[in-house]
Amino acid sequence: MEGIKDRVAIVGMGCTKFGERWDVGLDDLAIEAAYEAYEDAGIDPKDVQACWFGTVTAPAIGIGGTHAANPLKLDRVPVTRVENWCATGHEALRNACFAVASGMYNVVLALGMEKLKDTGFPGLGTGRGMGPVLEARRTSPGSFALIATRYFHTYGLSPEEGKAVIGKIAVKNHYNGSLSPKAHFHNKITLEQVLKAPIIAWPLGLFDCCGNSDGAAAAILVPAKQAKKFRHDPVYIKGIGMSFDSLLPHTRPKFDWLTWNSLVDSSQQAYEQACIRKPREDIDIAVVHDCFTITELIIYENFGFSARGRAKEDIEAGFFELGGGLPVNTDGGLKCFGHPIGASGLRMTYEVYKQIQGKAQSPERQLKDVKLGLSHTFGGPPQVSAVAILGRETG
Amino acid sequence: MIGIIACGAYIPLWRLPRDAIAAAWGRQSLGGERSVANNDEDTVTMAVEAVFDCLAGVSRDTVDGLYFASTTSPFREKQCAALAAAAADLKTEIITADYSNSLRSSTNALRAALDAVSSGSARSMLVVASDCRLAYPRSDYEQGFGDAAAAFLIGNTSTPIATFEAHYSISNEMYDVWRLDKDTYVQSWEDRFVVEKGYIENMQKAVSSLLKKEKLSPGSINKAIFYAPNPRVQHQLARALGFDVQKQIQDLLFDRMGVCGCAHAMLMLAVALEEAKADDILLLASYGDGSDAFLLKVTGAAKSKGNKHGVMGYLSSKKLLPSYEKYLSYRGLLEPQPGEPFRLFPSASASWRERNSSIRLHGSKCKNCGLVTFPIQRVCYGCQSKDNYSEVRLSDRRGAIFTFSLDNLAGRSDDPVIPQIVIESEMDNTRIYCMMTDCAPNEIKIGMPVEMTFRRIYEGASMYNYFWKCRPPR
Repeated sequence: MEGIKDRVAIVGMGCTKFGERWDVGLDDLAIEAAYEAYEDAGIDPKDVQACWFGTVTAPAIGIGGTHAANPLKLDRVPVTRVENWCATGHEALRNACFAVASGMYNVVLALGMEKLKDTGFPGLGTGRGMGPVLEARRTSPGSFALIATRYFHTYGLSPEEGKAVIGKIAVKNHYNGSLSPKAHFHNKITLEQVLKAPIIAWPLGLFDCCGNSDGAAAAILVPAKQAKKFRHDPVYIKGIGMSFDSLLPHTRPKFDWLTWNSLVDSSQQAYEQACIRKPREDIDIAVVHDCFTITELIIYENFGFSARGRAKEDIEAGFFELGGGLPVNTDGGLKCFGHPIGASGLRMTYEVYKQIQGKAQSPERQLKDVKLGLSHTFGGPPQVSAVAILGRETG
Repeated sequence: MIGIIACGAYIPLWRLPRDAIAAAWGRQSLGGERSVANNDEDTVTMAVEAVFDCLAGVSRDTVDGLYFASTTSPFREKQCAALAAAAADLKTEIITADYSNSLRSSTNALRAALDAVSSGSARSMLVVASDCRLAYPRSDYEQGFGDAAAAFLIGNTSTPIATFEAHYSISNEMYDVWRLDKDTYVQSWEDRFVVEKGYIENMQKAVSSLLKKEKLSPGSINKAIFYAPNPRVQHQLARALGFDVQKQIQDLLFDRMGVCGCAHAMLMLAVALEEAKADDILLLASYGDGSDAFLLKVTGAAKSKGNKHGVMGYLSSKKLLPSYEKYLSYRGLLEPQPGEPFRLFPSASASWRERNSSIRLHGSKCKNCGLVTFPIQRVCYGCQSKDNYSEVRLSDRRGAIFTFSLDNLAGRSDDPVIPQIVIESEMDNTRIYCMMTDCAPNEIKIGMPVEMTFRRIYEGASMYNYFWKCRPPR
């Protein structure tokens, strides 16, 4: 089996301002992200040969490729809509990457977007895909809080101790978000604020939960061999992993709520493709799925960034902060940048792409000498995980 | 011998002190408290609880039918008995029927069950009575009514708890207590008419006729179980019939739960059986558009089998509702701000396909590797065997909390915190995901024992949708 490493490059990316974008709709978001990507890649919109576009929320019958084709006037271009819970943005990237690697297309647009702020309520609503009766009153925070309760119990942390550990993740991501002009939130917060915030789904409080935002992000993918024709600093795809757990965590027999096969497998697949043996040392930046603070913590442990049960020590040592050994969510993460579901995988990839190029939008959070970076989304109840590893050079 | 094989009861956890109702309206309190069904309960869910209490330790194999009796069915057209029978995991080759529209519907169903067993058309019949009547806010009935259910398994057996010796029924046409098809609240005529020409005259006639027929006097009855709208009227009847109010009359339990509609006579009978000794003669009389009277003889058979709560068990397990407003909201009489909207709407056909998982609470047990999974999985999670499983009932198994969260977004505004629970069932450690009800959320802990309870989950697509929740053991 031939791997994906160094076969495809990203030569342009775009990302909208995230937040409560009352003034724009889904189509405007598509235009904002795609045109920035076109400009960044130095291509004409007519150069796009195929498009994979991801969005999660849609009317019951579906929306197909309409919200990419219509606003962008993708004339006689195949447009495919993808959806895979919160991994939707990565799914668009992954399919676009494979399309280029197959030799079928030379210039492909991957687009992810979501308009969450037209529903009239602040959350994602109640109930998901498990059946209307079985989960009539489930919400996302209610599901992810199940992880926190079990994690605290397993490692002997009192709720207060546990909340203080994950609360530091929120403080870090808010600090990073304060340096991200396109992020939804720019406020720095203290641990005291986190711990005193209203409870959303115990043990998770307001600052443990990510923003509900509008936004879109886009990437232009080309064959790696042609990348330098587009720009001097293309970013190469080193590995793409994706894995699905075979049953909902809620009903999975004997599941410990700590070791998530989809997280472990998707990261290992990507590491193997990218020839990464020691992720904690080899990776220079990771932008991961911090939909809730506890999610970022279990990602540390399932991705091999921290030893099992030891994330607390790394968090307290500042290992994942901007100046730490492995900076995580340097743009504020879902927590602060916001989480327009279908856009997030590409927004994270945008941050890695810009950091590798040394072009982070705000110089204060530009990391030094970024060679390898990882972006990641984790979605569903949760059940699916997608990882992309990007690199500055081939080889 | 034709008699009672088993009986069970259900009284909701919540009680409202009558002082709270009185204070809300500036009226005199009748004292004590009344039972109040939770906002996820109705007469079907309460009936299912009573049936489980009745069937604890009893085989379902010989149950050939279920009669459901109520004046407050959640459906105008759709059978509650069929739903209750499915939730109780009875087989499908049975007779089911709803008895309704009268406070006497419970004993109407009892008579019919006795006839079915006597004729040999059924080996045993479940009779379950459940009521949740609504009284006008501020009325005396509001303080006097309660919510509860009782279930009896009637059959031909060598070891009944009690045998039925005789019965007598009369029918009576009058407007005394009624509800029109469009009414929410119980209506009644002037109290003196209702009591004297309705209750006393009919009860007296049925009871005295039964005693006369059996050549018995009031003195030969050990306990007279008289339904009544309140203790005063019950005592008035007892005196009129020549019974000793202190020694012979089964307590109405008015102070502890209120009068629970058509279920009440059955609940009193259940208590009388809990307290009776061998060879006691019991007299049961119900009222509503006439009267049904029964004579029972208690045997020495063991009264309690399995993990049974009974009336007294459920009465002693209670929590006080914090306010009268909460009662109004729980009963749908006051509409609080709605919570977050549901994203998914139920489908009758999808719910029907999934009925064995969601109504019967069946899991699948793989015939190859033995793994039990809930809900039913056609392809085994453990060994990928396809369509190679048997169904197992999880509803009467206890479990322990594996993990949980307290969701502030998912709730109603009158119950804003929804405990989301992952249970590890005692049945092969099967995981069940559900909500917890009848609990104090701040007392929930990992490892805490839970039992399953059938509840109304939500209303959507013009349907009441039922599923199971867990609760702390009562």
